[in-house]
Amino acid sequence: MPTFVYMTQCDGCGHCVDICPSDIMHIDKTHRRAYNIEPNMCWECYSCVKACPQNAIDVRGYADFAPLGHSVRVLREEAKATISWRIEFRDGRVKNFVSPIRTTPWGSIPSPVDLAPPSAEAMSSQELAHEPDALNIASLPALTPDQLKQGVV
Amino acid sequence: MGLFSRRKTVFVDSDVLVVGGGMAGCGATYESRYWGRDLKVICVEKANIDRSGAVAQGLYAINCYMGMQWNENQPEDHVRYARNDLMGLVREDLGYDIARHVDATVHKFEEWGLPMMRDPETGRYLREGKWQIMIHGESYKPIVAEAARKAATQIYNRIIVTHLLMDEAKPNRVAGAVGFNVRSGDFHVFRAKAVIVCAGGASHIYKPRAVGEGMGRTWYAPWSSASAYALPILAGAKMTQMENRIVLTRFKDGYGPVGAYFLHLKTYTENAYGEEYESKWYDHTKGLVGDYVDRHPVPTCLRNHAFLEELKAGRGPIRMVTKEAFQDPHKETVGWENFLGMTIGQAVVWASQNIDPKHINPELTTSEPYVMGSHATCSGAWASGPADYAPDEYQWGYNRMMTVEGLFGGGDTIGGTAHKFSSGSFTEGRIAGKAAVNYVNDLRNEQPQVSERQYEDLKKKIFQPLENYRIGRNEIVAGTVSPSYILPLHGLQRLEKIMDEYVGGISAHYTTNEPLLTRGLELLGMLKEDLDHLAAEDLHQLQRAWELHHRVLASESVTRHTMFRTETRWPGYYYRADHPKLDDDDWHCFTLSRYDRDSGEWELEKAPVYHIVD
Repeated sequence: MPTFVYMTQCDGCGHCVDICPSDIMHIDKTHRRAYNIEPNMCWECYSCVKACPQNAIDVRGYADFAPLGHSVRVLREEAKATISWRIEFRDGRVKNFVSPIRTTPWGSIPSPVDLAPPSAEAMSSQELAHEPDALNIASLPALTPDQLKQGVV
Repeated sequence: MGLFSRRKTVFVDSDVLVVGGGMAGCGATYESRYWGRDLKVICVEKANIDRSGAVAQGLYAINCYMGMQWNENQPEDHVRYARNDLMGLVREDLGYDIARHVDATVHKFEEWGLPMMRDPETGRYLREGKWQIMIHGESYKPIVAEAARKAATQIYNRIIVTHLLMDEAKPNRVAGAVGFNVRSGDFHVFRAKAVIVCAGGASHIYKPRAVGEGMGRTWYAPWSSASAYALPILAGAKMTQMENRIVLTRFKDGYGPVGAYFLHLKTYTENAYGEEYESKWYDHTKGLVGDYVDRHPVPTCLRNHAFLEELKAGRGPIRMVTKEAFQDPHKETVGWENFLGMTIGQAVVWASQNIDPKHINPELTTSEPYVMGSHATCSGAWASGPADYAPDEYQWGYNRMMTVEGLFGGGDTIGGTAHKFSSGSFTEGRIAGKAAVNYVNDLRNEQPQVSERQYEDLKKKIFQPLENYRIGRNEIVAGTVSPSYILPLHGLQRLEKIMDEYVGGISAHYTTNEPLLTRGLELLGMLKEDLDHLAAEDLHQLQRAWELHHRVLASESVTRHTMFRTETRWPGYYYRADHPKLDDDDWHCFTLSRYDRDSGEWELEKAPVYHIVD
């Protein structure tokens, strides 16, 4: 469902422009507020809706198959590490859902640069970073090339 | 001073250049830094890596996890599964390689902060199916992107890579890539010792079911513009299995996924009259493909086939029986959160049409075809396998290096390795990253050479659509109809119509034959000529113009491969009506193609399938 932007709520900050994977949220030159320049290239991914600090962006289902009167609203709160959804049907029924989004603080992932450098021996092995430890098994499995077969198996 | 001489050119030199910052690109970036501490590692992304690629919207499941720590599955089991689903033809060496590493990837995701669901009784990851584990993955992509950002020397967002650069000191060696910034319009020349293509697969090469405003509601992301294929094809890399497009059975209009519904919620399908229909088509299907129909699980294409035949027999729509499962409040929550986590559009469709699956069994449909190498199909570049066990014919150097020296790939880019999904794509990026670092280290100080002429020629070509618009626009009063140019959307819609009607799209019931393919190639040829007359009003449209270029070249590859394989290997994905049966005598093999960018000629050949796992 393509996105649209409420005139009275948007302050033109450009967060949606910055995040849209399809590059379709742009700033209107006259009104200095964001809008969807290409609704038929919108995947309804809600990246812009989630990123908008003013909650100014909403979605109206694609005109070619979605009757009017519905809404799917979202609130993504990084501080609470949750995402909350409110689904309203055309006939007025409502459903609410809340899910966690992350278990660690944002920015907490260590850089591989901070880890001990790999040995020359590891460089030529088949193991990738953090292996075999991160596999939670004793060693990296391997095959031997001595049982090649052709034809239907 | 012409228009182009005023445009700023930015030069960026690196050791490892990662093209595309989706799941595979983030994996490649992370791993390149881990093994190449002193190297310059660059990742270039046409959007913003925090929400780019096919996982931008989130995911509710990780579809490739072995569970080796609990002895749930071994890598060999995954090879058998993928081989079975793809009707016998996968690169078992590459598939095994992903499967043996993927658990470590998933464990890192959890450590980084991805919320995993756990079975309350066993404490293990909660299984959706044999290979799938369930996650709260709304922030899957931003979490993974954070790891890549920490690892990269620099991430370049909003730069679309249009072409790879080739070394002028050594033939058939890559030397970097060029593209432009879709905000500033700056031309970027990335010179690199190794390039890892982790770009997106191909949506919007076939006419989608949705029309008008809903055109973007494709199953795969509309920004997956086939760069995964066009970039290697243009560089002369060999491609494999490009005919192996995928058609998805999904909830109607929103393309909401059915995996969790089938596997976890235990819902099932029935025809319009409440009848089970798959078993009805057993004998018919067996006549086409033989014993493959008896494999377990039944290959996805064959389940599609039964669905399509039942529709043709006039007993549609096919519905998913949800009313029973959704009486359980836990299952109802899982059913809805499944969409909200990865296909929000399906929730919107159901809300708008008053479809509550607790009370109504929703309709299913089959999608338009897609070409991509990370999901349940095998299209992509022909890549070298792991050194410790890959057969000689699958090994010519570094793991995941294509047939062009220094050119690596991961995710949608690499062919023959179906069922890698998000975790497997990240893992394949990691495999390619380590191999690329080894390649760069072995090169020592040898620097690929790029002449000014090479990138200046590309620069002129890349920005030409802006010039076409500037000049042609004055010829007409207003509007979009010009005798001198076409706009990117015009070209896209023509491409989708050609592929739909001639190369087995929805309106042709996924059916084609040699005369149709021949005519399709003629029309694609004219479209390719017309691409010289593409016009772009602004930088956004210039991005669309180059996405179209990539889609057209990938589509031509799909068409040539479809013509070459004179059998119907995957009924339910597509049909060669002139060769309606599976033919293991002649076609238990891979198809390979190579494009000559100077002559425009394609060479096709067969390559053997080696089974490594019993």
